[in-house]
Amino acid sequence: MKTGTKTLNRLLRYITKGQGRGLVLVAPPFLYALLLLAAPLAAIVLFSFWTQDFLTVDRTFTLANYREALTDPLYAELMSRSLRIAGSVTIVTVLTAFPIAYFVSFHVAPKRKSLWLFLITIPFWTSYLIRVFLWRVILAYDGPVNGTLVGLGLIDEPLNWILYNANAVVITLAHAFAPFAILPIFVSLEKIDRSLLEAARDLGESHIATFMRVTLPLAFPGVIAASLIVFIPTIGDYVTPRLVGGSGGQMIANMIQTQFLRLNNAPMGATLAVVAMVIVATIAIVLVFATRKIGRAPK
Amino acid sequence: MRGLRIYAIIYLVFLYAPILLLPLFAFNDGTIIAFPLQGFTLNWFYELTQTEALHTATLNSLMIAIITAVLSTCFGMFAARAATRHEFPGKSGILGFVMLPLVLPEIIVAVSLLVVMLQLGFSMGLWSVIVGHVLICTPFSIAILNGSFANLDQSLEEASVDLGETQLSTFRLVTLPLVMPGIIASLLICFTISLDEFIIAFFLSGNEPTLPVYLWGQLRFPGRLPVIMALGTLLVVLSIVLLVIAETFRRRGLRRSGLKDTGGFL
Repeated sequence: MKTGTKTLNRLLRYITKGQGRGLVLVAPPFLYALLLLAAPLAAIVLFSFWTQDFLTVDRTFTLANYREALTDPLYAELMSRSLRIAGSVTIVTVLTAFPIAYFVSFHVAPKRKSLWLFLITIPFWTSYLIRVFLWRVILAYDGPVNGTLVGLGLIDEPLNWILYNANAVVITLAHAFAPFAILPIFVSLEKIDRSLLEAARDLGESHIATFMRVTLPLAFPGVIAASLIVFIPTIGDYVTPRLVGGSGGQMIANMIQTQFLRLNNAPMGATLAVVAMVIVATIAIVLVFATRKIGRAPK
Repeated sequence: MRGLRIYAIIYLVFLYAPILLLPLFAFNDGTIIAFPLQGFTLNWFYELTQTEALHTATLNSLMIAIITAVLSTCFGMFAARAATRHEFPGKSGILGFVMLPLVLPEIIVAVSLLVVMLQLGFSMGLWSVIVGHVLICTPFSIAILNGSFANLDQSLEEASVDLGETQLSTFRLVTLPLVMPGIIASLLICFTISLDEFIIAFFLSGNEPTLPVYLWGQLRFPGRLPVIMALGTLLVVLSIVLLVIAETFRRRGLRRSGLKDTGGFL
């Protein structure tokens, strides 16, 4: 009895003071995520080893789904196309975003920087579905892009290869994820000590050499962060391929949705989700480690 | 230098192109979403008021968004407070895990919750969408509130305790008013994210569609598109108003704690 109260008192002290306090505070969101994120993710992995025949789930352990996922040419094509599209989106988005981040960080007066960032983020907060749908309008055969190009006499008849294919998916996703790329690059550019740039200039480097040898290496962590933040969600995008991708621009998420909601084959959908997650996580980890190595290597 | 400025302006045009086109078609007196425009009309907005299913979906979405905003912000406060004020074992792992939905493709969150709910035999509806939305909104709330709590001068709380206030009354009288702008910004951002979220709602809403799920269904009918444009215009205006309010509160919060502005959300 006495030792019981003692432990209880000690526990109470641990909770109200010091380390325990933080644990108690972080517990509600952590338990929520444990219960509703970790457990469901584990369930997905479990499901991927089961099979389903119409509505009955067969719970015997099998690797058949993985065999099918890795050998069926349809899944392989969807997976590699998703990687290709997400890769292109990442490159396009980061390359076009860098000059904007550079401009805001180096050439905009400090007072007006937050206004610029605000302007850049506003479109991102408006309805995603509607933005994607409007790209379908913009890129359409009789849309404003073709209209302008024909009007300017640059082309004789409207281009029909800009909608309902992978290109349209890349353009639309590059638009949707622009702020995700701009912000991390901007943050890393803001951290650069401006006196380093002056030093390089004083020591006789040209503007371009200063940029290549000082600014760019220092901004590199931001570029990598931007790449990951764009790459990971785009690979799982469902809406954009569905609305502007046509049959040649469908991605893995579309197949996962089909398996779950149309074919009633949740185990196959789960397998594809797990395979996608493993591939994405591997790429992300390799990228992070590779850049750490580069960061440490003597220059 | 000048080249960069021109590039920045072209880029902004690219960013705004879709939402600038939206009102053009919303007020356009023609059923086809294409150029040239036909003439001015308010018909499509009038039709919005006549669509029963749309009203139900809007009410569903508003309910989900409000509850999500409150729950996520509460979780955000707990986590941000723990992250900025306390050291505890496994801190970076725990916080990293809570922030995970920020980088996880939404479809993964959606299907994993779907599988669990189907297996446990729950019938889906508004509550299951809320469950998913809280998961993806909490990281945003934490990111915003981390800023507010980190900027809060700890000596103010210590002074209050020294002057005889309890932990609880200190939180209510000192901490809460100082982080209030952050809390309001977090509520508004979570509300906006939830209102706009499609994938999770698509998988988990059962037969109680949210606004984006209703919209998605309508996109299949070409005749309904002008009405969708009108609805989109209203949604864009609403999001921008909410964001301007959120941004104002965030800046006021920074001023209140005497710090200079270092950038926007995220």
